[in-house]
Amino acid sequence: MLEYRIEIALWALSGVLPFIMFSLWSQNDVGNSFGLNDIGLARYFLSAFLVRQFSVVWVVFSFEEDSLSGRLSPYLLQPLHPLLRYVAAHLAEQATRLPFAIAIAITFFILNPSSFWLPSLSQLFLAYLSTHFAFTIAFLLQSLVAALCFWTEKSSALERLIFVPYLFLSGLLVPLSAFPSNVLKVAMLTPFPYLINFPAKILSGMPVDIFNGFLAQILWISILVPSVNILWKLGVKRYTAMGA
Amino acid sequence: MHNNSSDLIVVDQLSKYYRVANKQPGFKGTLKHFFDRKTSDVPAVTDISFKISPGEVVGFLGANGAGKTTLLKMMCGLIHPSTGFVDVGGFSPQRRQTAFLKEITLVMGQKQQLIWDLPPMDSLYVNAAVYGLSDHEAKVRINELAEMLELGEELTRPVRKLSLGQRMKSEILASLLHKPSVLFLDEPTLGLDVNAQARVRSFLSEYNKRTGATILLTSHYMADITALCPRVICIHKGKLFYDGDLDSLANSLSPSREVKVELKNPCASEQFKKYGEIQDLNDRFVCLLVSRDKLTDVVSNLLTDFDIIDLEISDPPIDQLIGELFIKGEVN
Repeated sequence: MLEYRIEIALWALSGVLPFIMFSLWSQNDVGNSFGLNDIGLARYFLSAFLVRQFSVVWVVFSFEEDSLSGRLSPYLLQPLHPLLRYVAAHLAEQATRLPFAIAIAITFFILNPSSFWLPSLSQLFLAYLSTHFAFTIAFLLQSLVAALCFWTEKSSALERLIFVPYLFLSGLLVPLSAFPSNVLKVAMLTPFPYLINFPAKILSGMPVDIFNGFLAQILWISILVPSVNILWKLGVKRYTAMGA
Repeated sequence: MHNNSSDLIVVDQLSKYYRVANKQPGFKGTLKHFFDRKTSDVPAVTDISFKISPGEVVGFLGANGAGKTTLLKMMCGLIHPSTGFVDVGGFSPQRRQTAFLKEITLVMGQKQQLIWDLPPMDSLYVNAAVYGLSDHEAKVRINELAEMLELGEELTRPVRKLSLGQRMKSEILASLLHKPSVLFLDEPTLGLDVNAQARVRSFLSEYNKRTGATILLTSHYMADITALCPRVICIHKGKLFYDGDLDSLANSLSPSREVKVELKNPCASEQFKKYGEIQDLNDRFVCLLVSRDKLTDVVSNLLTDFDIIDLEISDPPIDQLIGELFIKGEVN
């Protein structure tokens, strides 16, 4: 079972993009143009890494595989919504990621001792809550694409349509404060800044509009839940139980 | 299940059409398909009607692509019918209400609901939670079914380490954990060796006797059908062309019986022509096809007219008859 342990470690390591971005932006004081010094950048990107670890979503890939292989059929005939199975799998994976995420955070602090900080209990609670909301939004967004499996056999290809704006507008590559104001205004109308930027700012102690941030997260969840529900119901009617 | 009538399953004028894309081969065909996609509706099941009583074991027979699996999928609620009506125990299957789902199960050959990297026992407890069984209920039920299926230590080994037969039996166990009263079985013995097939068959027969569950079964193996299903429904190109008991089907397919004779001395073929159709004549061995109404007289005459060492009367193999039936697509 060694391969499974290595795989879990690789999951955690595969999310190191924020650290790469940190090393990039911390060169030549570029971070100052975002209004962040090196310590602020370090804390932001470590927080972005941690938020990403607990909001990463892969439902579209599992769902597509299950749908094409016929494994979805027995799930559809059980008294449990199939999407809840994927929620459970994601939560189990998050629990598995936790010790690796902590180990990586400790290593980061050893390498960057000046960036060490301990968030307050209220910060930690709000960051925890907003990360869960971020996961919920990301899960629902991908479920919306996954439901397209009922129409097209390769809906994971459509996932790129979400992933590219997610990459640029979520705050994974750069804090959103680096964006020109007009771009920022447009970005804030999408769900993406609430997936990484908002929870990461809370966790790192950066100034953030907490009320409006949570309001936007709840608004997106309340839009996406019925959308997924409707698309799912329409899609299931088209299901042909391929390969089953 | 709440059904007012004595029939558990009512299928009335049920049809299903699949929309399929038609693409010509080659680059030109691909381009044309990309810009001007042509589709057509292919009928999988057409205007099928029948009723099934509680506790019945019914076999669905048909060649590949005949529509029997599509029919099963509509009855269990996996796919929506295009037209027609289906009622299972008072429920409309495609609505997939919780009360309905708790009463049925679908077993598909080699389609795993077991988690590949974990032992079956873990998947069984997940299923128990999904169906709202307590740990105690689940334990009792697992032990009961494991005993019937002759499963032991296999339940605590990773699924990927199990043989196909062990996996299939574990799949069946997982599917029956919630005590379903209607079993939809699609090729439950597919790919299993002869012994494993026999064990699954005897388990299903025992399960039907113990619980009174209704079993609907499709299989390519005639042995499954002959061992389990007193009633068969034959489907050809999406249409039902026979619904009745298996023995009557065999009789109507073959109004004759085989009479195999071992003679003391070789005889010429002309001598047997008056008794029936000669199927085979090889030295001292003769095989005749004799109509059922003349059977007694023919056997009596053969015993009188020839010096016979051995005589055997049998039906032609059911596999052969059904094979011919699928080609013909109708019962006489």
